[in-house]
Amino acid sequence: MQTPEPAPGRYGPYGGRYVAETLMPALDELTRAYEESQRDPAFQAELDSLLHHYAGRPTPTYFASRLTEEVGPRIWLKREDLCHTGAHKVNNTIGQILLAKRMGKTRIIAETGAGQHGVATATSCALMGLPCEVYMGAEDVRRQAPNVRRMELLGAEVHSVKSGSATLKDAMNEALRDWVTNVRTTHYCVGSVAGPHPYPLIVRDFQAVIGKEARAQMIEQAGKLPDAVVACVGGGSNAMGIFAGFIDDESVRLIGVEAAGDGIATGRHAAPLCAGGVGVLHGAKSYVLQTADGQIVEAHSISAGLDYPGVGPEHAWLKDIGRATYGAVTDAQALDAFQQLCRTEGIIPALETSHAFAYLPTVAKEVGDDADILVCLSGRGDKDLDTVLAQLKSRS
Amino acid sequence: MGRIADAFAKAKKENRAALVIYVCAGDPDLRTTEDLVVAAAESGADVIELGVPFSDPTADGPAIQRASERSLAAGTTLAKVLDTIGAIRRRTNVPILLFGYYNPILSYGEQKLVEETAARGADGFLVVDLPPEESDGLRLPAIEKGLDFVPLIAPTSDRDRVTEAAAAATSFLYYVSMTGVTGSKATDLASASERAGALQRELNRPIAIGFGVKTKEDVTTVARHVDGVVVGSAVVRVIEEAESSAAALSAVRTLVAELAAGARRQ
Repeated sequence: MQTPEPAPGRYGPYGGRYVAETLMPALDELTRAYEESQRDPAFQAELDSLLHHYAGRPTPTYFASRLTEEVGPRIWLKREDLCHTGAHKVNNTIGQILLAKRMGKTRIIAETGAGQHGVATATSCALMGLPCEVYMGAEDVRRQAPNVRRMELLGAEVHSVKSGSATLKDAMNEALRDWVTNVRTTHYCVGSVAGPHPYPLIVRDFQAVIGKEARAQMIEQAGKLPDAVVACVGGGSNAMGIFAGFIDDESVRLIGVEAAGDGIATGRHAAPLCAGGVGVLHGAKSYVLQTADGQIVEAHSISAGLDYPGVGPEHAWLKDIGRATYGAVTDAQALDAFQQLCRTEGIIPALETSHAFAYLPTVAKEVGDDADILVCLSGRGDKDLDTVLAQLKSRS
Repeated sequence: MGRIADAFAKAKKENRAALVIYVCAGDPDLRTTEDLVVAAAESGADVIELGVPFSDPTADGPAIQRASERSLAAGTTLAKVLDTIGAIRRRTNVPILLFGYYNPILSYGEQKLVEETAARGADGFLVVDLPPEESDGLRLPAIEKGLDFVPLIAPTSDRDRVTEAAAAATSFLYYVSMTGVTGSKATDLASASERAGALQRELNRPIAIGFGVKTKEDVTTVARHVDGVVVGSAVVRVIEEAESSAAALSAVRTLVAELAAGARRQ
């Protein structure tokens, strides 16, 4: 037979579509619908209007003067924590739920780790009148309890997933099982730049508004492009979103920060780009945490949103070609940075986001003091208070 | 013609559907797997789907998920499964299809896996998360070694995808009876079987139906329309419920004999 065309959606060797046959036509359908929506001015206008009037875009870029004094280089914050629902996730969910309506889907499912994507999906579904079911690992249901209540208030049904490590990976497994069963009526609203094509593309594009705004704001407010852009990376959606604005600006360093958990050397971490290998998980080829036999390993992070053994395929490619670099910080470092931002700027960041801040001293050494660093402040930390306070108590 | 195609042809000649039995390798341990495969073959299984366990089996329902977890907890690896195939081959000639997910295969090395699979005497691959578009790395070396590559067709597959799957098939095509995971309740097996039967005539290629086929009656329904029938979760469940390896063997013998009787066309 003739060799079939290679699948679309490749980032070098990464990406692709490694899913059950049942889902392949749905991925084709989604790809077509997305491409059509990109050419439809009415869709774009509706999306822009909702992002502006409902989600509160554009979000500010803010010069963090007191944090700058402590770190050295000038620190700028892209305030995604000020988006409706308190994180960047809503940029993507508004886009995807609009798309789902356009495709005539009558039911939405999603996976969530920290609950931010679940809340954003539940919010967008409430806004557009679609039923929503969210899969969340039982462990995450426990440590992100406020977000579970929020999703329920917003009318979503939350399924607590007890299989495997009972975290984000297992929530995604269950969401895929639901989707393969109900694929004809259901849109799976993936929350990160992971999963089979076209998800890494769609989610990156919907999040690219972060980088697009930030680039214009830096030019206006700082009079120049930043020297480095820093973002935390779990699946990697806020990082891809902000990187997208600067990827063609070769002078701008793109830096992603993974969760080193208890420390890379302990093996208890969530840093596939820094310490994983190439594998296939949840429909895409990328870096994953795995055993020598190709079994996926549980990730470990204080931050539920980063507690995932995979990462979006475009990050894998950016790493390999050297366009972006990736580091990792431990739970303890993230906690310190969390407190530092509270004290210096009066901003309580999400634990996920705190990882980006914890890496700033390292970035500062690379760029020197006479430089501008733009940090993606991807979400607010109210949801993390229980976790943080318990950790701080056990420290003292 | 390979052993799998032979088995389908022989069953057809004997006026029955080829009975394909899924066993999760290493559940409860690989020594028992060896005996279970031999027992299933002796009791009427025409082809064995030997499941290679994976940590994240997204196409499987709870029964096969639990079997995979038990197997991994017992230390099963793809390398050990290959050793077990060697041991099985010394006892039976039943065709063996390695069934699983892509990551353990990628991690092992596709070329190396093909060579060792051929050397141990297994007959082919069915990889649930490896659609034809992504399959060249495994499929082409497999075909070169005379091994089979079994593509899947789903109820959602459109005409182009069915054609592509048929072109990629070397022995039979696996028809997924419904949108869902393994072990789900089949909603309408009779009409799924009818549709698959029409496809089989059109494509002129044997089709086996799996997902939601549990009982002798289900097997009979499927056997009316297509050349093959796959039973997985029901087998895994009797193994799970057995209190000892000996009890599992006996339960599998009884179940497979019953299913084989159902596969006969009267």
